[in-house]
Amino acid sequence: AAEMAAAPAAGGAARGRGATSFQRKAAAGSRLAAVAGTRPSVRHGQLLLSSGVPSLDCVLGGGVAVGTLLLIEEDKYGLYSNLLFKYFLAEGVVCGHDLFVASATEHPDNMLKELPAPLLDDTCRNELREEATAVKSEDLQGSMKIAWRYQNLPKMEASPTTSTKFGHYYDVSKTMSPELYQSIKWHSFYLPEELSLQPKMKICNMNSAYARLLQSIQRIIYQEGFDGSDPQKKQKNILRIGIQSLGSILWGDDICSSDTPEDVHSLTKFLYVLRGLLRKSLSACIITVPAHLIQNKAIMERVTNLSDMVVGLESFIGSERETNPLYKDYHGLVHVHQIPRLNSLICDVSDTKDLAFRLKRKLFTIERLHLPPDLSDTVSRTSKQDLAESAKLLSSGCGAMAIGKKHLDF
Amino acid sequence: QGKFTLLRDTRTDGSFLVHHFLSFYLRAGCKVCFVALLQSFSHYNIVAQKLGVSLTAAKERGQLVFLEGLKSCLDLLFGEGEEQSGQPSPLQFISESASNLKALFDFVRTSLTPTGSDSWKGPVLLVDDLSVLLSLGATPVAVLDFIHYCRVAVCSQLKGNIVVLVHSNEDSEDEENELVVNSLCHHSDLILWVEGLATGFCKDVHGQIKIIKRVSLELTAEQDLIQIYQYKIQDKNVTFFARGLSAAVL
Repeated sequence: AAEMAAAPAAGGAARGRGATSFQRKAAAGSRLAAVAGTRPSVRHGQLLLSSGVPSLDCVLGGGVAVGTLLLIEEDKYGLYSNLLFKYFLAEGVVCGHDLFVASATEHPDNMLKELPAPLLDDTCRNELREEATAVKSEDLQGSMKIAWRYQNLPKMEASPTTSTKFGHYYDVSKTMSPELYQSIKWHSFYLPEELSLQPKMKICNMNSAYARLLQSIQRIIYQEGFDGSDPQKKQKNILRIGIQSLGSILWGDDICSSDTPEDVHSLTKFLYVLRGLLRKSLSACIITVPAHLIQNKAIMERVTNLSDMVVGLESFIGSERETNPLYKDYHGLVHVHQIPRLNSLICDVSDTKDLAFRLKRKLFTIERLHLPPDLSDTVSRTSKQDLAESAKLLSSGCGAMAIGKKHLDF
Repeated sequence: QGKFTLLRDTRTDGSFLVHHFLSFYLRAGCKVCFVALLQSFSHYNIVAQKLGVSLTAAKERGQLVFLEGLKSCLDLLFGEGEEQSGQPSPLQFISESASNLKALFDFVRTSLTPTGSDSWKGPVLLVDDLSVLLSLGATPVAVLDFIHYCRVAVCSQLKGNIVVLVHSNEDSEDEENELVVNSLCHHSDLILWVEGLATGFCKDVHGQIKIIKRVSLELTAEQDLIQIYQYKIQDKNVTFFARGLSAAVL
């Protein structure tokens, strides 16, 4: 039986991912060569991929595990979720993975041309070093006189620490050079083209666009041997699947446009079948969903339960927070709704629950949200209310660990 | 014997209880039918090995009948018309418009009906998790019917136990799910309700578990027995302790 994901787990046991049964490895020497662009997780031995944003990898517990689904709840104008989508694909190009891109809005060929360019090692390190020195020069201004007990405590890490060997940084202001993406194999699914090819078909009462997409994904996985069905294939590779704006009206689904949608189950059925396909192949998938448009919240609850990782983006554009001095350093908030527990009773949830993102100087980072201290002499009503709002956000956690009730006032 | 246990989680993940019951019943020598709808076989196998039970071995000796929902669904959709010995797929309801879980029930009944050569102690049905059936198009009534038929077959006729996991949420907008969960709560003999702490995320106490023994069902005019503990999940174990007495605090 073919082994899917090789991992140097304790006891030399290999994790079988296909329909084949679990197999114990006899000797570590017969381990398969690791797949490019992956690293095994310390927690559960599964292979991890980078999402393209190293700080997001940290938040997700190390990266996106092979065989899982990362669902992004789009921000209001889809700007930042689109960026994350591109980062995921760009990372696939840089690692040499195969890509499958599906969209109903723009042709995947055009999307590929607009992927951000990777930052070469030295320029990226220089940028980060600039950041670090800027911070350090403020700190060295003298030892503490009053709060001297805090002198020796470790400095606060604003951005989750990562090692830059896994994952890359990208320059959004430049597009990727054609040589890079021409060398990889990629498949595209552009809905208007696909619909014109064949007449409508329905499988299991699902929306025909979703059904067509599933068939397409299944065909690629089978034909290209990502599910281990071709034991001759020595060089294993990962398939990165990206689906843009799933659930929007352009996919033929009315859950975003109507309070009482005609077919409430199409999207959830799609996600379930997709989950089955992902679990049995060397692939990982990113899907963006315009969750803010879905009126029926029950659907989003079910969608969350059927996804492995769910991250919601809330941008400040157009909201009152844009001008709020509390958030002046950031462009939006990150809500981690779910982290998976894979092959284990526990999961790698990060301690930081309050996360914000910013896009500055070509780098997109997710950081711990720091609210500045409230130093106003008078208690201004607006700022207090805003603090209470943010505190409500702060007390909520991600679904993997327990979430408490609404904001409790001590 | 003949008990229906409901595992319920609110805003947290109660799947550690499923892993526990699976290894518990296998170690006790019961015949287990596990309807695993959300995760792959290898996921449960790896966790079960940490808890000291091998699912592959159990499957081989016929003690465990494992329905891997994800795989079964793929076979149904992309199986190119293969019929395994004429038996319909247990998840047939996904492709049929009639939201009828009869095929799934037949699967459960045939797996747990003892054959002549079986020497296992009582049968057990384990479902993880029931809320997925609603996402796949089954109506709440169909799901409740399915559970009812299973209770008759497994609990009454075969004197076995049933353990089912559901998700629920106080301010959930998923009315169908709440309907199913409330109905099941009324009919359960034992409810294990896992919740997050009211004060939010904590690294040392992952949540609280409410154990409700439905003594009131026995019509002896007694109230339900409720016990509340807090728990912390570790790599191979879950520790339970009285509220406020976490090791981190003491």
